[in-house]
Amino acid sequence: MKKKLILLLLTAAPLLSFTPPKGYEVGDRVQDFRLKNVDGKMVSLADYKDQKGVILIFDCNTCPYSKAYNDRIIALHTNYESKGFPVITINANDPQMSPGDSFEHMVDRAKSKNYTFPYLIDESQEVARAFGATNTPHVYLLTKSGNDFVVSYIGAIDNNPRQAESADKRYVEEAIDALLSGKAVPTKKTKAVGCGIKYRNA
Amino acid sequence: MKKILWFVVMSLAWFSSPAQAPANARIVNLSQFTDLMSRPSGNIMVLNFWATWCAPCIQELPLLEQLNKSSPDVDVLLVSMDLDLDPDPEKVYRFIARRQLRSEVLLLNASDPNSWIGRVEPSWSGALPATLVINPHTGKRIFVEGQLKEGELEKMLAKVR
Repeated sequence: MKKKLILLLLTAAPLLSFTPPKGYEVGDRVQDFRLKNVDGKMVSLADYKDQKGVILIFDCNTCPYSKAYNDRIIALHTNYESKGFPVITINANDPQMSPGDSFEHMVDRAKSKNYTFPYLIDESQEVARAFGATNTPHVYLLTKSGNDFVVSYIGAIDNNPRQAESADKRYVEEAIDALLSGKAVPTKKTKAVGCGIKYRNA
Repeated sequence: MKKILWFVVMSLAWFSSPAQAPANARIVNLSQFTDLMSRPSGNIMVLNFWATWCAPCIQELPLLEQLNKSSPDVDVLLVSMDLDLDPDPEKVYRFIARRQLRSEVLLLNASDPNSWIGRVEPSWSGALPATLVINPHTGKRIFVEGQLKEGELEKMLAKVR
Protein backbone atom coordinates (compact mmCIF):
# COMPACT_ATOMS: atom_id res chain seq x y z
CA MET A 1 0.00 0.00 0.00
CA LYS A 2 2.80 2.40 0.99
CA LYS A 3 4.62 1.63 -2.26
CA LYS A 4 1.50 2.41 -4.28
CA LEU A 5 0.97 5.68 -2.46
CA ILE A 6 4.54 6.81 -3.02
CA LEU A 7 4.28 5.84 -6.66
CA LEU A 8 1.06 7.81 -7.00
CA LEU A 9 2.61 10.90 -5.47
CA LEU A 10 5.70 10.62 -7.64
CA THR A 11 3.73 10.30 -10.85
CA ALA A 12 1.09 12.91 -10.07
CA ALA A 13 3.33 15.73 -8.90
CA PRO A 14 5.43 16.54 -11.96
CA LEU A 15 2.75 15.54 -14.45
CA LEU A 16 1.95 19.03 -15.58
CA SER A 17 4.70 20.80 -17.52
CA PHE A 18 3.02 24.08 -17.02
CA THR A 19 -0.17 25.13 -15.28
CA PRO A 20 -1.42 28.30 -16.92
CA PRO A 21 -1.87 30.99 -14.23
CA LYS A 22 -5.50 31.44 -13.24
CA GLY A 23 -5.59 35.22 -13.25
CA TYR A 24 -8.43 37.67 -13.74
CA GLU A 25 -11.83 36.85 -15.19
CA VAL A 26 -14.24 39.25 -16.89
CA GLY A 27 -15.81 41.40 -14.20
CA ASP A 28 -12.79 41.30 -11.87
CA ARG A 29 -11.27 44.46 -10.43
CA VAL A 30 -7.66 44.88 -11.44
CA GLN A 31 -4.83 45.69 -9.05
CA ASP A 32 -2.61 48.61 -9.96
CA PHE A 33 0.83 47.88 -11.38
CA ARG A 34 3.98 49.93 -12.01
CA LEU A 35 6.32 48.87 -14.79
CA LYS A 36 9.21 50.37 -16.74
CA ASN A 37 8.55 51.82 -20.18
CA VAL A 38 10.97 51.77 -23.13
CA ASP A 39 11.82 55.42 -22.37
CA GLY A 40 13.01 54.39 -18.91
CA LYS A 41 10.08 56.02 -17.09
CA MET A 42 7.71 54.08 -14.84
CA VAL A 43 4.06 53.72 -15.88
CA SER A 44 1.15 52.79 -13.60
CA LEU A 45 -2.42 51.87 -14.37
CA ALA A 46 -3.30 54.67 -11.91
CA ASP A 47 -1.83 57.16 -14.41
CA TYR A 48 -4.88 56.40 -16.57
CA LYS A 49 -7.57 57.14 -13.99
CA ASP A 50 -9.09 59.90 -16.12
CA GLN A 51 -9.57 57.63 -19.13
CA LYS A 52 -12.71 55.59 -19.87
CA GLY A 53 -10.57 52.47 -19.97
CA VAL A 54 -7.38 50.88 -21.20
CA ILE A 55 -6.65 48.35 -23.93
CA LEU A 56 -4.02 46.31 -22.12
CA ILE A 57 -2.13 43.92 -24.38
CA PHE A 58 0.46 41.34 -23.37
CA ASP A 59 2.75 41.39 -26.36
CA CYS A 60 6.34 40.76 -27.39
CA ASN A 61 8.86 41.31 -30.17
CA THR A 62 9.49 37.80 -31.38
CA CYS A 63 6.19 35.94 -31.66
CA PRO A 64 4.97 35.66 -35.28
CA TYR A 65 1.42 36.29 -34.06
CA SER A 66 2.55 39.50 -32.42
CA LYS A 67 4.23 40.53 -35.65
CA ALA A 68 1.08 39.73 -37.61
CA TYR A 69 -0.99 41.86 -35.23
CA ASN A 70 1.49 44.72 -34.74
CA ASP A 71 -0.17 47.14 -37.17
CA ARG A 72 -3.59 46.28 -35.76
CA ILE A 73 -2.38 47.05 -32.25
CA ILE A 74 -1.07 50.42 -33.42
CA ALA A 75 -4.40 51.05 -35.19
CA LEU A 76 -6.35 50.31 -31.99
CA HIS A 77 -4.46 53.07 -30.24
CA THR A 78 -4.90 55.45 -33.16
CA ASN A 79 -8.63 54.81 -33.31
CA TYR A 80 -9.55 54.54 -29.66
CA GLU A 81 -7.18 56.76 -27.68
CA SER A 82 -9.24 59.83 -28.53
CA LYS A 83 -12.37 57.94 -27.47
CA GLY A 84 -10.94 57.29 -24.03
CA PHE A 85 -9.40 53.85 -24.57
CA PRO A 86 -5.63 54.08 -25.09
CA VAL A 87 -3.36 51.06 -25.59
CA ILE A 88 -0.73 49.83 -23.13
CA THR A 89 1.48 46.91 -24.17
CA ILE A 90 3.44 44.72 -21.74
CA ASN A 91 6.20 42.26 -22.56
CA ALA A 92 6.58 39.57 -19.91
CA ASN A 93 8.80 37.13 -21.81
CA ASP A 94 11.90 36.02 -19.96
CA PRO A 95 14.83 37.44 -22.00
CA GLN A 96 16.99 34.42 -21.06
CA MET A 97 14.50 32.11 -22.72
CA SER A 98 13.79 34.59 -25.51
CA PRO A 99 16.76 36.92 -26.19
CA GLY A 100 14.91 38.79 -28.94
CA ASP A 101 12.54 40.09 -26.25
CA SER A 102 15.16 41.87 -24.15
CA PHE A 103 14.63 45.46 -23.04
CA GLU A 104 17.08 46.75 -25.66
CA HIS A 105 15.12 44.99 -28.39
CA MET A 106 11.88 46.43 -27.03
CA VAL A 107 13.37 49.92 -27.25
CA ASP A 108 14.36 49.26 -30.87
CA ARG A 109 10.88 47.98 -31.78
CA ALA A 110 9.09 50.94 -30.20
CA LYS A 111 11.42 53.30 -32.03
CA SER A 112 11.19 51.65 -35.45
CA LYS A 113 7.39 51.40 -35.33
CA ASN A 114 6.95 54.85 -33.76
CA TYR A 115 4.98 53.64 -30.77
CA THR A 116 2.90 56.44 -29.25
CA PHE A 117 1.80 54.17 -26.41
CA PRO A 118 3.77 52.50 -23.60
CA TYR A 119 5.66 49.26 -24.20
CA LEU A 120 6.36 48.10 -20.66
CA ILE A 121 8.68 45.37 -19.43
CA ASP A 122 7.35 42.95 -16.78
CA GLU A 123 10.71 41.77 -15.48
CA SER A 124 9.42 39.76 -12.53
CA GLN A 125 6.53 38.42 -14.64
CA GLU A 126 4.27 39.16 -11.66
CA VAL A 127 1.83 41.33 -13.60
CA ALA A 128 1.43 38.75 -16.37
CA ARG A 129 0.85 36.05 -13.73
CA ALA A 130 -1.65 38.25 -11.85
CA PHE A 131 -3.62 38.71 -15.04
CA GLY A 132 -3.25 35.07 -16.06
CA ALA A 133 -1.95 35.99 -19.50
CA THR A 134 -1.02 32.93 -21.53
CA ASN A 135 -0.25 33.95 -25.13
CA THR A 136 1.03 36.86 -27.12
CA PRO A 137 -0.79 38.93 -28.07
CA HIS A 138 -3.36 38.62 -25.26
CA VAL A 139 -5.82 41.47 -24.71
CA TYR A 140 -7.36 42.51 -21.40
CA LEU A 141 -9.82 45.32 -22.09
CA LEU A 142 -10.20 47.33 -18.90
CA THR A 143 -13.04 49.74 -18.16
CA LYS A 144 -13.01 52.42 -15.47
CA SER A 145 -15.68 51.76 -12.87
CA GLY A 146 -15.66 54.19 -9.95
CA ASN A 147 -12.10 54.20 -8.67
CA ASP A 148 -11.25 50.86 -10.20
CA PHE A 149 -10.41 49.28 -13.52
CA VAL A 150 -12.60 46.26 -14.26
CA VAL A 151 -11.97 43.58 -16.89
CA SER A 152 -14.53 43.82 -19.72
CA TYR A 153 -13.02 41.50 -22.31
CA ILE A 154 -10.23 38.93 -22.47
CA GLY A 155 -8.66 37.32 -25.51
CA ALA A 156 -7.82 37.79 -29.17
CA ILE A 157 -7.90 41.00 -31.16
CA ASP A 158 -9.93 39.45 -33.99
CA ASN A 159 -10.59 36.04 -35.56
CA ASN A 160 -8.08 36.12 -38.42
CA PRO A 161 -4.38 36.30 -37.49
CA ARG A 162 -3.24 36.01 -41.08
CA GLN A 163 -5.26 38.82 -42.69
CA ALA A 164 -6.74 41.85 -40.95
CA GLU A 165 -9.13 42.51 -43.83
CA SER A 166 -10.58 39.01 -43.64
CA ALA A 167 -11.34 39.18 -39.93
CA ASP A 168 -15.11 39.24 -39.59
CA LYS A 169 -15.12 39.23 -35.80
CA ARG A 170 -13.20 42.17 -34.40
CA TYR A 171 -13.60 41.36 -30.74
CA VAL A 172 -11.82 44.32 -29.15
CA GLU A 173 -13.39 46.94 -31.43
CA GLU A 174 -16.85 45.45 -30.92
CA ALA A 175 -16.35 45.42 -27.16
CA ILE A 176 -15.26 49.05 -26.98
CA ASP A 177 -17.97 50.22 -29.39
CA ALA A 178 -20.55 48.46 -27.21
CA LEU A 179 -19.18 49.99 -24.01
CA LEU A 180 -19.12 53.48 -25.56
CA SER A 181 -22.81 53.16 -26.45
CA GLY A 182 -23.75 51.83 -23.03
CA LYS A 183 -24.42 48.31 -24.28
CA ALA A 184 -23.15 44.97 -23.00
CA VAL A 185 -19.99 43.52 -24.52
CA PRO A 186 -21.22 40.91 -27.05
CA THR A 187 -18.27 38.50 -26.82
CA LYS A 188 -16.58 38.62 -23.44
CA LYS A 189 -13.86 36.04 -23.80
CA THR A 190 -12.08 34.39 -26.70
CA LYS A 191 -9.11 32.16 -27.29
CA ALA A 192 -6.39 32.37 -29.90
CA VAL A 193 -3.56 30.12 -31.04
CA GLY A 194 -0.28 31.78 -30.27
CA CYS A 195 3.12 31.74 -28.67
CA GLY A 196 3.03 30.92 -24.99
CA ILE A 197 4.40 33.65 -22.76
CA LYS A 198 7.92 32.57 -21.75
CA TYR A 199 7.38 32.16 -18.03
CA ARG A 200 10.31 31.13 -15.87
CA ASN A 201 9.48 27.96 -13.92
CA ALA A 202 7.91 29.13 -10.65
CA MET B 1 24.51 29.79 -76.16
CA LYS B 2 21.22 27.98 -76.69
CA LYS B 3 22.40 25.11 -74.49
CA ILE B 4 23.37 27.49 -71.67
CA LEU B 5 20.03 29.26 -71.91
CA TRP B 6 18.17 25.97 -71.79
CA PHE B 7 20.22 24.92 -68.79
CA VAL B 8 19.51 28.18 -66.97
CA VAL B 9 15.77 27.94 -67.66
CA MET B 10 15.62 24.33 -66.49
CA SER B 11 17.60 25.15 -63.33
CA LEU B 12 15.28 28.03 -62.52
CA ALA B 13 12.28 25.78 -63.09
CA TRP B 14 13.78 23.16 -60.81
CA PHE B 15 14.59 25.53 -57.98
CA SER B 16 11.33 27.41 -58.15
CA SER B 17 9.13 24.34 -58.31
CA PRO B 18 7.09 23.87 -55.15
CA ALA B 19 8.35 21.35 -52.62
CA GLN B 20 6.55 18.04 -52.84
CA ALA B 21 4.53 17.13 -49.80
CA PRO B 22 6.50 14.46 -47.92
CA ALA B 23 4.76 11.09 -47.68
CA ASN B 24 4.15 11.60 -43.95
CA ALA B 25 2.51 15.04 -44.27
CA ARG B 26 -0.98 16.11 -45.27
CA ILE B 27 -3.24 19.10 -44.95
CA VAL B 28 -6.47 18.53 -43.02
CA ASN B 29 -9.45 20.79 -42.49
CA LEU B 30 -11.28 21.17 -39.22
CA SER B 31 -13.95 18.52 -39.76
CA GLN B 32 -11.38 15.97 -40.92
CA PHE B 33 -9.38 16.75 -37.82
CA THR B 34 -12.27 16.50 -35.37
CA ASP B 35 -13.35 13.23 -37.02
CA LEU B 36 -9.87 11.89 -36.40
CA MET B 37 -9.90 13.01 -32.79
CA SER B 38 -13.20 11.27 -32.13
CA ARG B 39 -12.46 8.00 -33.94
CA PRO B 40 -13.79 5.12 -31.83
CA SER B 41 -11.00 2.64 -32.50
CA GLY B 42 -7.34 2.35 -33.42
CA ASN B 43 -4.16 3.17 -31.59
CA ILE B 44 -3.75 5.61 -28.75
CA MET B 45 -3.14 9.03 -30.31
CA VAL B 46 -0.59 11.57 -29.19
CA LEU B 47 -1.60 14.87 -30.80
CA ASN B 48 1.12 17.47 -30.51
CA PHE B 49 0.26 21.05 -31.51
CA TRP B 50 3.35 22.82 -32.80
CA ALA B 51 4.68 25.19 -35.46
CA THR B 52 8.00 25.61 -37.29
CA TRP B 53 8.46 29.04 -35.72
CA CYS B 54 7.86 27.82 -32.15
CA ALA B 55 11.18 27.26 -30.35
CA PRO B 56 9.93 25.17 -27.41
CA CYS B 57 7.92 23.06 -29.89
CA ILE B 58 11.07 22.26 -31.84
CA GLN B 59 12.97 21.50 -28.66
CA GLU B 60 10.50 18.80 -27.64
CA LEU B 61 10.23 17.14 -31.08
CA PRO B 62 12.95 14.55 -30.34
CA LEU B 63 10.82 13.19 -27.48
CA LEU B 64 7.88 12.73 -29.84
CA GLU B 65 10.02 11.24 -32.59
CA GLN B 66 11.49 8.80 -30.11
CA LEU B 67 8.02 7.73 -29.00
CA ASN B 68 6.97 7.30 -32.60
CA LYS B 69 9.98 5.10 -33.23
CA SER B 70 9.68 2.95 -30.13
CA SER B 71 5.90 2.45 -29.84
CA PRO B 72 4.06 0.87 -32.78
CA ASP B 73 0.87 0.83 -30.68
CA VAL B 74 0.85 4.64 -30.40
CA ASP B 75 0.06 7.06 -33.24
CA VAL B 76 2.14 10.22 -32.87
CA LEU B 77 0.51 13.04 -34.85
CA LEU B 78 2.36 16.33 -35.13
CA VAL B 79 -0.33 18.93 -35.76
CA SER B 80 1.25 21.98 -37.36
CA MET B 81 -0.45 25.34 -36.87
CA ASP B 82 1.80 26.99 -39.48
CA LEU B 83 -1.04 27.55 -41.95
CA ASP B 84 -2.62 29.91 -39.45
CA LEU B 85 -0.07 32.55 -40.39
CA ASP B 86 1.22 31.38 -43.77
CA PRO B 87 -1.07 29.70 -46.31
CA ASP B 88 1.94 28.15 -48.10
CA PRO B 89 2.76 24.70 -46.66
CA GLU B 90 6.24 24.60 -48.19
CA LYS B 91 8.00 25.91 -45.11
CA VAL B 92 6.61 22.96 -43.18
CA TYR B 93 7.53 20.45 -45.91
CA ARG B 94 11.10 21.76 -45.99
CA PHE B 95 11.30 21.60 -42.21
CA ILE B 96 10.15 17.96 -42.25
CA ALA B 97 12.76 17.10 -44.89
CA ARG B 98 15.56 19.00 -43.16
CA ARG B 99 14.87 17.43 -39.77
CA GLN B 100 14.00 14.06 -41.26
CA LEU B 101 10.84 13.86 -39.19
CA ARG B 102 9.32 10.40 -39.29
CA SER B 103 6.11 11.00 -37.35
CA GLU B 104 2.88 11.74 -39.18
CA VAL B 105 2.44 15.50 -39.70
CA LEU B 106 -0.99 17.08 -40.10
CA LEU B 107 -1.13 20.68 -41.28
CA LEU B 108 -4.33 22.01 -39.76
CA ASN B 109 -6.12 24.38 -42.06
CA ALA B 110 -8.80 25.88 -39.83
CA SER B 111 -9.89 29.51 -39.63
CA ASP B 112 -11.54 31.32 -36.72
CA PRO B 113 -9.43 29.84 -33.89
CA ASN B 114 -11.83 30.78 -31.11
CA SER B 115 -14.51 28.60 -32.67
CA TRP B 116 -12.53 25.37 -32.36
CA ILE B 117 -9.78 25.67 -29.70
CA GLY B 118 -12.28 24.85 -26.96
CA ARG B 119 -13.53 21.85 -28.92
CA VAL B 120 -10.07 20.33 -29.05
CA GLU B 121 -9.64 20.83 -25.32
CA PRO B 122 -11.73 23.15 -23.10
CA SER B 123 -8.81 23.99 -20.82
CA TRP B 124 -6.43 24.88 -23.68
CA SER B 125 -5.52 28.56 -23.86
CA GLY B 126 -4.42 28.16 -27.48
CA ALA B 127 -0.75 28.60 -26.67
CA LEU B 128 1.82 26.37 -28.32
CA PRO B 129 3.13 23.80 -27.68
CA ALA B 130 0.34 21.62 -26.36
CA THR B 131 -0.06 17.84 -26.25
CA LEU B 132 -3.27 15.82 -26.10
CA VAL B 133 -3.23 12.05 -25.57
CA ILE B 134 -6.43 10.16 -26.44
CA ASN B 135 -7.38 6.52 -25.98
CA PRO B 136 -10.02 5.98 -28.71
CA HIS B 137 -11.49 2.89 -27.04
CA THR B 138 -12.19 4.38 -23.63
CA GLY B 139 -12.37 8.04 -24.64
CA LYS B 140 -9.90 8.75 -21.83
CA ARG B 141 -7.76 11.79 -22.58
CA ILE B 142 -5.05 13.83 -20.93
CA PHE B 143 -3.84 17.27 -21.96
CA VAL B 144 -0.74 19.28 -21.20
CA GLU B 145 0.16 22.82 -22.21
CA GLY B 146 3.79 23.89 -22.53
CA GLN B 147 7.05 22.17 -23.37
CA LEU B 148 7.18 18.44 -22.55
CA LYS B 149 9.75 17.19 -20.07
CA GLU B 150 11.69 13.95 -20.43
CA GLY B 151 9.46 11.03 -19.41
CA GLU B 152 6.27 13.08 -19.46
CA LEU B 153 4.78 11.39 -22.51
CA GLU B 154 5.20 7.97 -20.90
CA LYS B 155 3.38 9.20 -17.79
CA MET B 156 0.55 10.58 -19.92
CA LEU B 157 0.26 7.29 -21.82
CA ALA B 158 0.16 5.33 -18.59
CA LYS B 159 -2.78 7.44 -17.47
CA VAL B 160 -4.92 6.67 -20.54
CA ARG B 161 -4.06 3.05 -21.20
